[in-house]
Amino acid sequence: MRIFDPHIHMTSRTTDDYQAMYDAGVRALVEPSFWLGQPRTSPASFFDYFDALLGWEPFRASQYGIAHHCTLALNPKEANDPRCTPVLDALPRYLVKDSVVAVGEIGYDSMTPAEDTALATQLQLAADHGLPALVHTPHRDKLAGLRRTIDVVRESALAPEAVLLDHLNETTVRDALDSGCWAGFSIYPDTKMDEDRMVSVLRAHGTDRILVNSAADWGRSDPLKTRKVADTMLKAGFDEDDVDKVLWRNPVAFYGQSGRLQLDITTPDALHEGNSILRGGE
Amino acid sequence: MLTDRKELDARLSDTAGTWLDDALAEAAHAAAHPGADSGPLPWELRFAAAGRHCGRDHADSVRALLLVEARAAPSTVTRLYRQGTAAERRAVLLALHRLDLGPAAVPLVEDALRTNDPRLVAAAVGPYGAAHLDAHGWRHAVLKCLFIEVPVETVDRLGERARGDAELARMLRDFAAERTAAGRPVPDGLRTVLALTAPAPAPTEES
Repeated sequence: MRIFDPHIHMTSRTTDDYQAMYDAGVRALVEPSFWLGQPRTSPASFFDYFDALLGWEPFRASQYGIAHHCTLALNPKEANDPRCTPVLDALPRYLVKDSVVAVGEIGYDSMTPAEDTALATQLQLAADHGLPALVHTPHRDKLAGLRRTIDVVRESALAPEAVLLDHLNETTVRDALDSGCWAGFSIYPDTKMDEDRMVSVLRAHGTDRILVNSAADWGRSDPLKTRKVADTMLKAGFDEDDVDKVLWRNPVAFYGQSGRLQLDITTPDALHEGNSILRGGE
Repeated sequence: MLTDRKELDARLSDTAGTWLDDALAEAAHAAAHPGADSGPLPWELRFAAAGRHCGRDHADSVRALLLVEARAAPSTVTRLYRQGTAAERRAVLLALHRLDLGPAAVPLVEDALRTNDPRLVAAAVGPYGAAHLDAHGWRHAVLKCLFIEVPVETVDRLGERARGDAELARMLRDFAAERTAAGRPVPDGLRTVLALTAPAPAPTEES
């Protein structure tokens, strides 16, 4: 089984996670830039973070046989802090980088005017750079937030098929799919969605334009949720081709719109002694 | 290893070859009109996109050609390195000795040697590092290669710089002793370098 996790924050995960993900079948992932839990106070800390998503993190992933790509953006939460908004001006020099496969995560958190500006600006940046966009939908007031997001997408230069609306659930999936956008589901231990509910959504809405991710980060989350959804799908009567479509071909088709996916990572021979992220002093 | 223009032309598709021609023309234009920039120059955007247009296998060589054609100054090289992905940084490091930089790019080499990414460390111990790293920095670079399993054969002018370096020999022996004490293998390359630290034989008088 081959798995592509289209949304996972590996910066917050350990090498044990990389190993477990590889063992579970994960061969590719996309790491969206997002909030780090601790708010940042200057653009410079964003740039160091972006550089890590373009340098160190792909290197770590490659040590475990996993292709790493990223999406870069000013996230909606920090778009509200005027100390951080200059990030928008610097994004063009980052969006030309090889492993950037979308602009994201963008979208709404509290649906403020500052978030309106950041969302519209970054949808335009995506269009300008020939990139799709990964759009986070808000945790609070989700359905209203989703509808407002779809309105902004319609007014943008970006086609709906170049937009992935993420963190959907039973109440938002219909509107998302009807908009022509791709539909992303984050499977969490407690919140968002779980494996059984995900399978029900797939039964009700089919497998077209649907992506499943773990969104694992620094909070309570599980980087193997993609595999658990695959196993639950098989138990529920979906066949291996359905699983491959949802967990590999759909993310490849969506992010492939960037023309920048490189999925030919070979299994590294450096995986000896269980840990090949060598430290300078060991 | 960097591939020269002639060999690249033979390997690149027509589309990629045309892309490279255009990119080099933009770089040459920038070299002829220094200081006329506002925002990223067109060739610098091509520098970032080289792998997508010419293939990842040729990206280092294409990027090096662009740097040479643009006659990149220390400030440009430093900016491209600092704003670059790991692959772009590697290409900058590989091209340093082909540019007229003097010692100005040593901080980039030192930065690369602080990483734990073997691709960057290997590129940092090329001809520019061999020419410009001081004795202390160079010895630590060699030791770093042994630590992170960059083959010591990657180190440019290894034999020449190691010859008679008693301090390097001491560092290597201490490292070997530490590994042995820990029950861990001593890297093969260590013995290779240690052998190279032997002083040059005293010249014999010809009779």
